[in-house]
Amino acid sequence: MPGPYRETDLTEKVEAFLSDLKRGGSGTGPLRGSAETARETTALLRRITAQVRWSSAGDLMEVIRKEGRRMSAAQPSETTVGNMIRRVLKIIREEYARSRGSSEEADQQESLHKLLTSGGLSEENFRQYFTALKANVIEAINELLTELEGTTDNIAMQALEHIHSNEVIMTIGRSRTVEAFLKDAARKRKFHVIVAECAPFCQGHEMATSLSKDGIETTVITDAAIFAVMSRVNKVIIGTQTVLANGGLRAVNGTHTLALAAKHHSTPLIVCAPMFKLSPQFPNEEDTFHKFVSPHEVLPFTEGEILSKVNVHCPVFDYVPPELITLFISNIGGHAPSYIYRLMSELYHPEDHEL
Amino acid sequence: MKQMVRSFLTYSRKAPLTQQLSIPSAVIHPAIVRLGLQYSQGIVAGSNARSIALLHAFKQVISDYTTPSNEELSRDLVNKLKPYISFLNQCRPLSASMGNAIKYIKKEISNIPSQFKEDDAKKKLLNCIECFIEEKIVLAAKAIAKSSIEKINDGDVILVYGCSSLVNHILCEAFEKGRKFRVIVVDSRPRLEGREALRRLVQKGISCTYVLISAVSYILPEVSKVFLGAHALLANGYVMSRVGTSQIALVAKAFNVPVLVCCETYKFCERVQTDSFVSNELDDPDDLIVTRKGETQLKDWQQVPRLGLLNLVYDVTPPDFVDLVITDLGMIPCTSVPVVLRVKNVDLL
Repeated sequence: MPGPYRETDLTEKVEAFLSDLKRGGSGTGPLRGSAETARETTALLRRITAQVRWSSAGDLMEVIRKEGRRMSAAQPSETTVGNMIRRVLKIIREEYARSRGSSEEADQQESLHKLLTSGGLSEENFRQYFTALKANVIEAINELLTELEGTTDNIAMQALEHIHSNEVIMTIGRSRTVEAFLKDAARKRKFHVIVAECAPFCQGHEMATSLSKDGIETTVITDAAIFAVMSRVNKVIIGTQTVLANGGLRAVNGTHTLALAAKHHSTPLIVCAPMFKLSPQFPNEEDTFHKFVSPHEVLPFTEGEILSKVNVHCPVFDYVPPELITLFISNIGGHAPSYIYRLMSELYHPEDHEL
Repeated sequence: MKQMVRSFLTYSRKAPLTQQLSIPSAVIHPAIVRLGLQYSQGIVAGSNARSIALLHAFKQVISDYTTPSNEELSRDLVNKLKPYISFLNQCRPLSASMGNAIKYIKKEISNIPSQFKEDDAKKKLLNCIECFIEEKIVLAAKAIAKSSIEKINDGDVILVYGCSSLVNHILCEAFEKGRKFRVIVVDSRPRLEGREALRRLVQKGISCTYVLISAVSYILPEVSKVFLGAHALLANGYVMSRVGTSQIALVAKAFNVPVLVCCETYKFCERVQTDSFVSNELDDPDDLIVTRKGETQLKDWQQVPRLGLLNLVYDVTPPDFVDLVITDLGMIPCTSVPVVLRVKNVDLL
């Protein structure tokens, strides 16, 4: 029978995805980029929409929310999973509203006027059944997938507007988006890149080898030399793990120091971040913001005698406040950090901020 | 930028030093040759350690010295020391503290009156060197420790960077006097000197935390004071120290944590410098290579034409990041360094 067979197949896929997420985060499994995770999440959600039995939009949203909660719980630091779920929920809301025939503006934001005249929150229980809803939702998710495929290229296309010849550009660690950005600019311009290695994982080394193979002059420096070298740098271009709701960043550790050094020398700090990294989180949750990995990267077990008497910390992320950032470059163009809240309201519905 | 990196005098520790030098090591006193090799291999490292080793080697040289006939000790000995000093400079560029020590010795030698007998002159010189070490290094450390202990309160969380003999001394003294505090040791690749400081502090029984320099933004909200050592204090108020110090001061300033620099007065120098590029020391770039998970990314970096590795040793910290400098003459702001230099020069005249 096709029904139950498809459902077990689906649960298998979901379980496989969850265990992949769990392993990838601890540094032992293969490291996957955020773009891959976003694509896989969206593909999985499309499959859920296609295969799970649901009769109204409300049911579908419940199913997606449930699966979404499980997926975010598997790897809380991987925010792209949660972001994609919220995007799909917004798609469902929009398609539902379109099917009902009401205009898009009606349930956009809550304004004071609406609150007063409608007498409380609008009654939207998503109970109506529309035959075309499933097809519309799946089509919209396909559009989302196409958008995801093209994000890195869209960002890289803007490179020539921001980099001119004979510039010295500094970056930290390894970001696939920044790599594509710099390689695209290198096709027409000659410039020099300084990469901070970002201990203890030293991903900067991979970035430097990759850039130099493409013909870009690269120099690797240690994290300690960031301020010393900053006086010679014209621009700082970095990637990030997440863009927070206030325009701040959750980026790899060492980025805050880099941002402070750039501010001191009045060097522009440009962040290349595709839209799927935008997350409605705020940075004030002390317990959930930081992620730590095994301290043996910092102080190896060979230092046996002092290991037991010393506390060792190995945080993975840094918070960078929005005042230190000059520009965000995303697949839909460039924005100032003060504009991020607006982009967020276009991508996600306020009721979905809490999954 | 690439030309700038290449134009620094780079060396690789793998090639034996004596093959690359222009002065034949046969005419150099063996104590100096040994010292030069110890410097270039990094066996003797740290500003104070290098100065003390230098002075001990010079004591050896002076004891073995005999004045040739028709020559005056005061002039000939100074000439004898010149090739030794350039030899040491080739092994590893001289530090500011070593430069000041050499200036002092040369002055003492030229002040020897000509009627002194050779033995008396040598005894006087050896005595001068002993005095210098005793006053400028050992007693200065004691004085600085005494003033610093006033700045350490119970319940403090103190952040230190790398391994400064002076800062370690201060912390051990404060711990012995019964102050209750804990220490956060920040370290950086490739030298990882912080582990040495960690060992010394843990042996004393001080409770320590250890992080790498990229985690300093995470750990700074817990910190109440930052103690930094210095390699030299420049005449425009900039602090020259191990690379990474300026970063720590920058982040501490952003979090409003006081930064205290501890430095003996014999490390004050007349030079001025505004950034870390105009004059710096380069270390072996191969130190940056690391093997993780069986892969060495930068293994053949020299074959790749467009890839360079930069391993700086020192950097300069602007005076606005430093709140206080603790010296053997008292606690002064960074901007008073030229005043101290002037006072010292007047004394020596």
